[in-house]
Amino acid sequence: MRTKLKDNLSGYFFIAPWLICFLVFTLFPVGMSLYYSFTNFNLLSAPDFIGLENYRYLLFEDRKFWQSVKVTLLYAFVSIPLRLIFAFFVANLLAKKHRGQGIYRTLFYLPSIVGESVAVAIVWRTIFGKNGAFEALLGAIGITTEYSVLGDPSTAIWSLILMSIWQFGSPMLIFLAGLKDIPDVYYEAASIDGASSFQKFWRITVPLITPIFLFNLVMQMITGFMVFTQGYIITEGGPLNSTLFYVVYLYQTTFENFESGRGSAMAWLLLVFIGILTAILFSTSKYWVFEENEKEG
Amino acid sequence: MNGIKKNKRLRSCLYHIFCAALALVMIYPILWLAFSAFKEKTDIFQEAGKLLPSTWFFENFANGWKGFGGVGFDTFFTNSFIVTIGATVLSVFSSVFVAYGFARIRFKGRSFLFACMMMTLMLPVQVLMVPQYMLFSKFGWINTFLPLIVPYLGGYAFFIFLCVQFIKGIPRDLDEAARIDGCGRIGTFFYLILPLTKSAMVTSAIFSFYWRWSDFIGPMLYLKKPKLYTVSVALKLFADPNSVTDWGAMFAMSFLSLIPVILIFLFLQKYIVEGISTTGLKG
Repeated sequence: MRTKLKDNLSGYFFIAPWLICFLVFTLFPVGMSLYYSFTNFNLLSAPDFIGLENYRYLLFEDRKFWQSVKVTLLYAFVSIPLRLIFAFFVANLLAKKHRGQGIYRTLFYLPSIVGESVAVAIVWRTIFGKNGAFEALLGAIGITTEYSVLGDPSTAIWSLILMSIWQFGSPMLIFLAGLKDIPDVYYEAASIDGASSFQKFWRITVPLITPIFLFNLVMQMITGFMVFTQGYIITEGGPLNSTLFYVVYLYQTTFENFESGRGSAMAWLLLVFIGILTAILFSTSKYWVFEENEKEG
Repeated sequence: MNGIKKNKRLRSCLYHIFCAALALVMIYPILWLAFSAFKEKTDIFQEAGKLLPSTWFFENFANGWKGFGGVGFDTFFTNSFIVTIGATVLSVFSSVFVAYGFARIRFKGRSFLFACMMMTLMLPVQVLMVPQYMLFSKFGWINTFLPLIVPYLGGYAFFIFLCVQFIKGIPRDLDEAARIDGCGRIGTFFYLILPLTKSAMVTSAIFSFYWRWSDFIGPMLYLKKPKLYTVSVALKLFADPNSVTDWGAMFAMSFLSLIPVILIFLFLQKYIVEGISTTGLKG
């Protein structure tokens, strides 16, 4: 009995730094944010309770809100699958033993390490902007003489999608670790049975990697909806709101237009959306994620 | 036999051609930045398609270093280092400390609190932005580095998770031996666990350095005087498309801002790969 009490005390002693910070800097703010979302609030004067008005305005009147939802969904649903497929493809290339593989891995991963920086956002803006390197490339192969990818509402988002695919490093490394975990005997047994390398890929590699695919998908979805720096610096939402990411609009609403109550409502809609999406991904996973234990049992 | 060998060599050759081409495309934007830092400002757009500068122009660095508004990049870099190192040291040490509690001690509510901690990883930062801003302005912390450092006193959920996994891999017999030798919980933590978790700590420190160094939204919210700007905020203002005049200097500073990150990556890559592969940390 005495040791139990002692364990409780020392347990809370060790987790105290986290617990205090969690209560002060996370739990309390989350509650406040929910309250702010029901108020008219401009960061300076006291919040004024207005019930569901912020939510009503956003969902039924605010066109810019729906535009930002559209842009973000397009961005997420195009770039994340492409990024994962590309990461998986490259991981397969790197999984077999070749000389110089370490160098390739380093170079493929490098963009992911610098990708969120302001410096790279500026580079992207210059390469795909007016008079940039991409325009020079188009000119060199004779397509157009004057064309700015970022200046055209129909193409600007694609340069951001390209940037997202360019940073496929983290899922690539996770896939690579997963591929190395598949026992060689599976492939050897399949070879003895006369399977082609294509069959081995579809029947062994793909099913065994689906759990890692699910993990990557969840992680990428969560971060994909929160892209900020790139959208904010490269295009600032423009041209004509064609790259207005949800969180960029949220930031503008909160800190530039001082509609902070409405901004909080946007944050909560995002939280609920991500929660629902994660729940859907996990609940459908039993249909497409392969579980090894099932087969054995 | 010879045919198979030849076929193998051809395939290996194709493999290297493909990978090398892909690698070139991947690092092209970074190389472009590096070389643009040495181009004369008038050449950058005229020679946008060319990678190498026609004349090497080193003055960009001296010009850019002066910064703007009377504040130089020496100040911005110092600020970035203070924030980054402060937050990193705090979050790494606290994370191991907290992880020891979660991994080794049975206490009431442990699994519930651990689940709470993992949930915070899913929480969009945007939800916390306004209330945290209000909280920090009540504390009088606006225009100080405190909002960017103090919250890491509680560690960081990803790192705590990483350390918990790591500590679970240390045999409990060692704890038992330490106890018999007269170590209490605190002694066990400092003399046994802390030295053995070094590699998890290095991994966490590297990631923390990356994230804090490139963080942009935090410094932009809380630091409103040029004297306090970190490199990322300074670069954003320096590169404002409406006011930028000296593109060469701007690229030189952008390039410099990536150097600490790239150096750490090249020398400590092993830890990064390990960290991502074992926990799925985002790089």
